[in-house]
Formats: sequence, C-alpha cells, structure tokens
Amino acid sequence: MTLQIILNILIALMWMFLKESYDFLTFFTGYLIGMALLFFLRRFVPDAYYLFRVWKVVSLILLFIKELILSTWNIVILVYKPKLDVEPGIFALPTELKSNWEITLLANLISLTPGTLSVAVSHDYSTIYIHAMDLPDVEEEINDIKNSFEKAIMEVTR
Amino acid sequence: MIEIIISLLLLLGTFFVISGSIGILRFPDIYTRLHAATKAATLGVAGVLLGAFVFLYVENGIISGKLILGIIFILITAPVTGHMISRAAHQTGVRLWKHSIRDELKNDQKKNNA
Repeated sequence: MTLQIILNILIALMWMFLKESYDFLTFFTGYLIGMALLFFLRRFVPDAYYLFRVWKVVSLILLFIKELILSTWNIVILVYKPKLDVEPGIFALPTELKSNWEITLLANLISLTPGTLSVAVSHDYSTIYIHAMDLPDVEEEINDIKNSFEKAIMEVTR
Repeated sequence: MIEIIISLLLLLGTFFVISGSIGILRFPDIYTRLHAATKAATLGVAGVLLGAFVFLYVENGIISGKLILGIIFILITAPVTGHMISRAAHQTGVRLWKHSIRDELKNDQKKNNA
C-alpha cells in the first residue's frame, strides 16, 4: 500500500519533469496517469491495488455520514413526541475486532448511529457495552451492527 | 439559489442544536440525555459550519480550511465525550431510567466481582 502510493507520487513527479511545468495541476494530471498505470500493471506490483482500499475507506465515511443523519432524525422525532414510549437498556455486543484502533473506530461509529451509545469496553476488548434508546429486540440490534459496521471496518483494516 | 442552500444549512443546523437542547431537558436519565447531546448537537454544529463554509466560498471566494477542520474535530470528539461521560456515570453508579429493560454491563460486573 505505502509502496504503491510512493510509486504513484514518483510517477507524478516524473510527469512534472517531462512536462517541465511545476504547478499543482501538472502534478495532479501526473498522479491520475500514475493511478491508471498502476491499475493496468497491478499484476506486477506487490499487494492489492491501493485505490480499492481507498474506495472502501470512502464508502465507510459515506456510511458514517448516512447513519449520522438518520440517527439525528430519530432523536429529533423522539424529542418532539409528546409521550416518551421507549424501552432503553444496556446490552453487550461481542466483537471480533482486535486492535485498539479498530475498536475505537467501532465505538465511535456506534455512538453516532441511530439509538445507540457505547458505554464501556470490557478489559479483554471482547465486548462493547452499548446503551440503546429503544431495545425491543437485542438480537436484531447486534446483527445490525455486526453486518454493517464491523464488516465495513474489517474490509478497511484487513 | 445558493442563498437558499446556505440558509437551509444554517436553519437545519440551528434546528438540530435546539432539538438536542430540548432533548437534554426532556429525556429522563443521563444515558438517554447523552443520546440527544452527542448526535443532534454534532450534526447541528456541522450543519452551521458547513453553511458558513459555503457562504464564505460564494461571497468572498475563500476556501476556509478551519471550518472543515472544525467539522472533522467535532465528528471525532463528540462520540468520545459521550462514551466517557456515560462510562463515568455507570461506574459511579448512576441508575438507569425506571422503564429501562436490561443492564448487561451491571450483570457482567457483578459476575466478575463474585
């Protein structure tokens, strides 16, 4: 991944020297050309093509923004409901993620998703405790988080 | 046209912030209040900053990096504060709302102590 980015920047710099114009626009064109070259030569370069991973990061960010808007909308609806008929509670989410970085990301994402707020992480990092605004079905909630966020994070980090 | 987008962003932002504040006052216990504080306020402030960003760009031609950084920092820090406050509250023994249906964290802690 790092090697490919360095290669891409080198190609862009070479393009600048070939064109003999040293401004940002030429660098950008060179970078695009480098991206295309690396894509066509991806069989000969070690590791998977790095823009696939970049695309996964971008889609994770988009997912994050979508969930943030949805969750705010749900909270706003609850705020203006005349009667508060929810059943809050804390449930345990077993997680397969290992490193500090992944768990931090997952906890942050959970905090900004509809109706959930991470409360604590167990000492062996195997469980995240989550407070949910409305908790009629724990299993469904767990599957929801596992299928959307955990999968997206794993695709980025592994 | 662009004025409509800017005012829409600003109005939506302030609306979310106000809703969050009302939520903090209305909800029954600290955990549900944190829901309002972390989510609605985050998007609200992000909306206002985004509106200011678009306004500065259209009106003065300035691309204000500070506003973008502000949005990113709020997105990163708001869930962390929510997590820390709720964790501290739970560890010092703040009770959940009386209509809450389960508390697995408390059960697990009891199991570990026993």
